[in-house]
Amino acid sequence: MKPADKKRVLREMLFARRFEERCYEAYVERKIGGFLHLYPGQEACAQGVMEAARPGHDYVITGYRDHIHAIKCGADPKAVMAELYGKETGSSKGRGGSMHIFDVEHHMMGGYALVGGPFPLAAGIAKGLKMKGSDAISICFLGDAANNQGTFHETMNMAKLWNLPVLFVCENNLYGIGTRIDRSTAVIEQYKRVSGYGIPAAQVDGQDVEIVYDAAKIAVDHVRSGKGPYFLELMTYRYRGHSMSDSNAYRAKDEERMWSKRDPIILLRDRLIKAGTITLDDYKTMDTEILDQIENQIIKFAEDSPEPVVTELEKYVLAENDPYVHPHSSRGTH
Amino acid sequence: MATMMYWEALQRAHDEELARDPLVIVMGEDIGVAGGTYKATKGLYDKYGPERIMDTPISENGFTGLGIGASFIGIRPIIELMSVNFAWLAMDQIFNSAAKVRYMSGGQLTAPVVIRSPGGTAHQLGAQHSARMEKVFMGVAGLRVVTPSNARQAYGLLKSAVRCDDPVFIYEHELMYNMKSDVPDGEYFHPLEGSEIARAGRDITLFGYNISVHWCLQAAEILAAQHGIDCEVVDLFSLSPLDRAGIKASVSKTHRALIAEEAEAAVGVGSEVMAIINEECFFELDAAPVRVSAKNVPIPYNHTLEKAAVPSSKDIVHAVLKMLDHSQHPTSRDTSTSLHVGKS
Ligand SMILES: Cc1ncc(C[n+]2csc(CCOP(=O)(O)OP(=O)(O)O)c2C)c(N)n1
Ligand SMILES: [Mg+2]
Repeated sequence: MKPADKKRVLREMLFARRFEERCYEAYVERKIGGFLHLYPGQEACAQGVMEAARPGHDYVITGYRDHIHAIKCGADPKAVMAELYGKETGSSKGRGGSMHIFDVEHHMMGGYALVGGPFPLAAGIAKGLKMKGSDAISICFLGDAANNQGTFHETMNMAKLWNLPVLFVCENNLYGIGTRIDRSTAVIEQYKRVSGYGIPAAQVDGQDVEIVYDAAKIAVDHVRSGKGPYFLELMTYRYRGHSMSDSNAYRAKDEERMWSKRDPIILLRDRLIKAGTITLDDYKTMDTEILDQIENQIIKFAEDSPEPVVTELEKYVLAENDPYVHPHSSRGTH
Repeated sequence: MATMMYWEALQRAHDEELARDPLVIVMGEDIGVAGGTYKATKGLYDKYGPERIMDTPISENGFTGLGIGASFIGIRPIIELMSVNFAWLAMDQIFNSAAKVRYMSGGQLTAPVVIRSPGGTAHQLGAQHSARMEKVFMGVAGLRVVTPSNARQAYGLLKSAVRCDDPVFIYEHELMYNMKSDVPDGEYFHPLEGSEIARAGRDITLFGYNISVHWCLQAAEILAAQHGIDCEVVDLFSLSPLDRAGIKASVSKTHRALIAEEAEAAVGVGSEVMAIINEECFFELDAAPVRVSAKNVPIPYNHTLEKAAVPSSKDIVHAVLKMLDHSQHPTSRDTSTSLHVGKS
């Protein structure tokens, strides 16, 4: 990573942190409803991988912890926040909510609420890309606990069988809600689980964005060069509860403290200060600017945006005026 | 009688059955150490240990199948599916294994498994966390489907389901776990078949189940107080089989029927109850039965749209007023001008 890139990367990770913290507040203020899964602690994962990939060109799919992945693809943070507010200007027009952020224009293929659901979808997207001769790849970000779904195994087999251009990124934060990985999973090291399918894999520190970037570069190059799927395990930690309704009571304070010492943002910040790329004041200014942008542009946009209208409740259920619904009548549009 | 919350009633039923029979086990995601998403298994892990209170991986089809397999040789698993939305992943095992094994084996094998899961729309949980799947479960032979509308039923239905030799699906509701009601102090087994009259009345029968029973009761209050209409509310706590005799008896008394359901109308509880009315007591009717059901949309996230998608007691009130107005029309068989008069 070039020094200029590193500075931007720091800024983007700090933005991700502040964005999510602001979501937390908005939830407490009851501006956001439903389930809300936040990303603080894991920023280097999406950031590092997307640095190595081609955002907006490569296709991304993930679970419910999806705001930052969408923004990394190029989604407008204003539209993401508006979605969380349930507004018509939201990325899914207020119909989806936090767990279902979509921005197809930027190849963000969505957040899905069913654990393990995106695995085969990601492989399917890769199949399509391969058929079309595209140089884009499919990237599937999911958690560690998702690997216990049948879809994980079924998809790994198919992805290798058909050598599909798909990168599986496992953000291993050691927990599936309140259950620690060793209580749910026979083999703790997730990257080992794909060896039975002949898929190359690596496990790296997910808190150091430069390490993530380097590992992701190898992974992305492998997949883009037509060699088939790759599995990248990133060791990470989420600071907050699984969702807003989770108190985090099951985690040892020592463990939390240990991980907070390896904060991905602080890690890069201190490294850049040490290298003389930035000063602490630069960082503080950056933070102030970000907080201002979030408050005065993003939140403001979400607050000021209109609600969807009830008369459009049944819009988007099925295609409108599809000519083949009545192929022999004049009602068709062809 | 003690007043307790729906979740407390479930917890008590689990606890009693675990204490009584060492072959009873509980399985599910976060049901052990964490005590269950809705606390239905709170404290049981500490009391009965990890062999019997099993925190499972997120492998719904896998652990449901494992529980069903254990039930083949006499284990009595109570499986919690964290949300009915996740039950879709376990459908293969529920339908292809649990529901069919007795029949396929000519009665040699049975799957005495209990599967509990909450469904329904809660507060802005979005399209993939707002499934109402009662219609799916009740449409398959070999599976019992019950759905408690209060803490007493929650307790008694679970107790009976554990003892029953059939697979029983218990459809709970995300919004009802903190709802309080009286539960008998002594052991109580609720019947797995039948229906209950939650409110007796003469003018019209409102059929509900689970949360829609409460909408019906609220509507009945409003209709009585503001319009002098006397509604009977029938609680269909058994969705499979439906209580044909109970449906017939109530409709034969009131001559009018409305079915309130939280799901979309198509292929649902309402259509099934209407079919039963047609088959059992068509000539008792003074008006065409109506359904009050959800709009035919995936549930939207936006609060206002979500409210518009799902019915409420208000919709029931409107539907009843419309039906009674209509049935007063001169072409109706009911020639009386009073809303209170049933069949002449
Ligand atoms: C099929 C299914 N089962 C259960 C759930 C409930 N659930 C939501 S997230 C989650 C834990 C997933 O953990 P992991 O895959 O590690 O991702 P993380 O949340 O840690 O990012 C569970 C059990 C669900 N959403 N879908
Ligand atoms: Mg995890």
